[in-house]
Amino acid sequence: MPLPRLIPCLDVAGGRVVKGVRFRELRDVGDPVELGAAYSERGADELVFLDISASVEEKASAVRVAARVAEQVTIPFTFGGGIRTVDDATALLEAGADKISVNSAALARPALIEELARALGSQAVVVAIDTEHGRVRSHSATRDAERDTLEWARECEQRGAGELLVTSIDRDGTQNGYDLEQLAALRDAVSLPVIASGGAGNARHVAEALAVSQAALLASILHEDPERLVALREELRGLGVPLRDAA
Amino acid sequence: MTTVAIARYGAGNVRSVELAVRRLGAELVGDLENAGLAVLPGVGSARSAMDGLGQAADTLRERHAAGRPILGICLGLQLALDETEEDGGVAGLGLVPGRAVRLQDARVPRIGWAPVEPGGEAYWFAHSYEAETEAATATSEGHAAIVEHGSFVGVQFHPEKSGAAGARFLKSCLSRA
Repeated sequence: MPLPRLIPCLDVAGGRVVKGVRFRELRDVGDPVELGAAYSERGADELVFLDISASVEEKASAVRVAARVAEQVTIPFTFGGGIRTVDDATALLEAGADKISVNSAALARPALIEELARALGSQAVVVAIDTEHGRVRSHSATRDAERDTLEWARECEQRGAGELLVTSIDRDGTQNGYDLEQLAALRDAVSLPVIASGGAGNARHVAEALAVSQAALLASILHEDPERLVALREELRGLGVPLRDAA
Repeated sequence: MTTVAIARYGAGNVRSVELAVRRLGAELVGDLENAGLAVLPGVGSARSAMDGLGQAADTLRERHAAGRPILGICLGLQLALDETEEDGGVAGLGLVPGRAVRLQDARVPRIGWAPVEPGGEAYWFAHSYEAETEAATATSEGHAAIVEHGSFVGVQFHPEKSGAAGARFLKSCLSRA
C-alpha cells in the first residue's frame, strides 16, 4: 500500500480561497496558487480544491485556477465543485488537474460516474460523499439525498469511481475528531482508497483516521497556515505514521 | 538544449508533463520523429489511447528501432508493452516484451506516494494496471516501477507530479536524450 497521504483542502470561490464552518460564514483567506504552493513546499502529499462558488460567473474561474495551480505546484491536485459533465471534467484535467471530484451531480445522475471513468480513467475520478448518521447529504450537505452511505459507496465503486472523499458533516469544522466508526465501515464496504474528511483537531485525530483510511483531508486544523503542516507532519511521525520524506 | 515532443492521443493531463519539461529548460517541439526525447504520457484508457495515437504509433516504433530515446509515463509505459488486459484486451506498441495486467492489490486504483527500489525515493503513483515484464529495473512494493528496454524508459509513477524527486528523475532522462 502506498504511504498515508495528508491532503490540505482549499475551498475556492470566485478564484479566491475562502473559509467557513459547515459550508457557511465564508471569508477570504488568500490566493489558491500561493497557498497551494506553500502547502506543497511544506510536505503536502496532494491538494484538493473545492469550488464552492455560488454563481455561474464565479464557477467559470475554476479552470483558470486549475491552470495557474498546475504552473506552480508539482504535486497532484484534485478539483471539485460544480462538475456536471465529462466536458467540465476534461477541461480541468487539460488545465493540469490530476483528478476531479463530483458529489451532487453524481447523486442526481449516477451514470455520470461511468462516463467520467470511461473518458478519464478511474484513477482521475473521485466521488465526494457528505455523510451524517450513515446517510448521504447532497447540495453542500443541505439536503437529504435519501441514500445509505455504505450502499452509495459500493455503487460508486461499481460504477468506476477511483477514490471516495468522505466528509462527516456533523464533524466538519468541529475539530472533535474524525467519525472513525463510519470510516471503518467504509473501509470494509469498498476496496477503493478512502480520503477521510471532517473533524481533525489534532495529530492524534489524523493518525486515527489514517489507521482506517488511505488519506486525510486537512482543512480547519491547518488554519490556512502552511507552517502548521510542518508541525503536524512532525507530530504524526512521532506517533509512528510513515509519511513520505518530501525533501 | 534538449528538444522534447509529446505524443498526443486524447484528453487528459498532458499539460503537467509539458510544464515539468519546460521547467527543466527543455524545448517542446511537435516533431515526434526528430525530437531529442519523445514522451508517451499517461492519460485515459488503453483502447482510446491506442486509437488516438494513430500515425504516432509507427513513429514511436521507428524511433525505438533506431535507438532514439522514448520516455513512457504510467499508461504510456503500459502501451509500450505487447498487450494490455485493459478494456478487454488491447494490442500495445510492442516496444518492450511483456503485458499489462490488472493490479491485485487490496485497494485499486493504487494511488499515492510509494518508495521505488533501488534508491528508496518516493514517487506518486495512480494506476489500476501494472507492467508484467522482465525488463523492469526498479520496483515499488513488488510492482514494476521503471522498465528499460533499448532506448525506451518507462515509469509507472508520474515524475511530473512527484515534486522534487520527480524533477530529478526527469532531469536525468533529459540529460541522456
